[in-house]
Amino acid sequence: METLKFDLDTKPLREVNQFLHGDAGSLNGKKVVIENPNGAHNVAVGLKAEVDVTIKGHAGYYAAGMNQIAKVTIEGSAGSGVAENMMSGVVHVKGFASNAAGATANGGLLIIDGDAGLRTGIAMKGVDIVVGGSVGSFSAFMAQAGNFVILGDAGEGLGDSIYEAKLFVRGKVKSLGADCEEKTMNAEDKQILADLLKKSGHADVSPDSFKQYGSARTLYHFHVDNAGAY
Amino acid sequence: MCGIVGLLVRNPKLRDSIGELMMPMLIGMTERGPDSAGMAMFTAPVAADARKFSLYSGATDFNWTKLGHDFEKHLSIKAKIEPKENHAVLTTTLEPATVKMWLKEHYPQLHLLSVGQLMDIYKDVGTPQQVADRYDFKNFKGTHLVGHTRMATESAVTPAHAHPFTAGEDWCLVHNGSLSNANSLRRKLQKEGIEFETDNDTEAACRFLQWRMREGDDLKTALNHGFEELDGFYTLLMGTSTELALVRDPYGCKPAIIAEHDDYVAIASEFRSLAHLPDIKNAKVFEPSPKEMYVWKL
Repeated sequence: METLKFDLDTKPLREVNQFLHGDAGSLNGKKVVIENPNGAHNVAVGLKAEVDVTIKGHAGYYAAGMNQIAKVTIEGSAGSGVAENMMSGVVHVKGFASNAAGATANGGLLIIDGDAGLRTGIAMKGVDIVVGGSVGSFSAFMAQAGNFVILGDAGEGLGDSIYEAKLFVRGKVKSLGADCEEKTMNAEDKQILADLLKKSGHADVSPDSFKQYGSARTLYHFHVDNAGAY
Repeated sequence: MCGIVGLLVRNPKLRDSIGELMMPMLIGMTERGPDSAGMAMFTAPVAADARKFSLYSGATDFNWTKLGHDFEKHLSIKAKIEPKENHAVLTTTLEPATVKMWLKEHYPQLHLLSVGQLMDIYKDVGTPQQVADRYDFKNFKGTHLVGHTRMATESAVTPAHAHPFTAGEDWCLVHNGSLSNANSLRRKLQKEGIEFETDNDTEAACRFLQWRMREGDDLKTALNHGFEELDGFYTLLMGTSTELALVRDPYGCKPAIIAEHDDYVAIASEFRSLAHLPDIKNAKVFEPSPKEMYVWKL
């Protein structure tokens, strides 16, 4: 596989991103290494080719946002909004991720090896997220679809106002948000969890060590008994 | 928005170059705060019976030498005056209350930015680069510092509205965020006899902590009261004679990132301000948790 190297110390980020937005036919199957990201924002955003990008260091805000098809690996940490609104492909953060990782993402797989900040998976719409560490408060807020696996603990208000996403937590949950409740894991759910653990490098972790959470579906429609709460 | 930076140098050999180490940190926060910048620098202490007074004049043609002469003549006491453009540091053994009264009477146009044995404060409008060049930040020597780049969102762009703010001797604070109850806090604190210099929300937070500490709280207890009473978003970075302290609001709305290394502890709003630090690859880099107080001692 052909490998191309860009050094952000000498090459403007805009040129690197423009290269990555080039004709999919010429990018498919290529390997791209981005050196010295040094916390720059918007690295490798909006990719839509079958390209394998490695960011060698810490990325700033919105890294790999809106990703389609591509595989983006961040060898350090990621700032706010990593893989936000991802559609497909894989984004893998080997360090920790800041707030709102995977926000509103529609599809693909987001793997974070370390901890993730507050509001991880907020309004997720179909993405799969696997966090090796713990997640901050208000994660999976208004999560609509997709699967969210947390190997560590979850902060306050997990899954507040959740729709149909599935949340799997191995550690402690500080508190559940409104309308989020513990579920019984059925065979199909267990298979989803086992597959995600395998895909994200946690094949040795037993799905049985997780608890599942989801929507109690009491907030779907206005209910007159809740009128006093408005 | 706004940018914060903090640097505490553990390795004594690096303390003479703290200014150089810090410069890219401050410049890295230019996009977060292009309208003003400020720096509190903790240097070697002055003599045990002396204090430094950081003064700001507004006008660049202010006659600081005359102020020094007037001071010595009127008060029959020795004073050292070290001007840097429209700022100057006055060092004297006279009681702070007397110095303040004298300044108010003879030079009411001056702002007193800080009082202490170690801390000097410089703050002004302009890009971080312009402000740093004006006051020669890169040649600062000392143990630790607290800096800020400001993008004003709620009060005027003037040097007095720039950060850091102080709340006592050798004590300063910078803030990234905004408070929605700054006005009511100010009214409440004014009734308690706390004096304000501006309508800035950060000053309200600073005076709130000053008031709590006056009432006997230690910093941790004061910040716990802050969690109850400060309504808004904040990352606060504070400097004292021997430590840096950091706290984020319970919702983690405003960022911060920390690099702990054997030689230094560096704090910034974003990693891009830490990327240049020596041997950063071997530093422990992490995000502070919300509603938790972090303290690093010299």
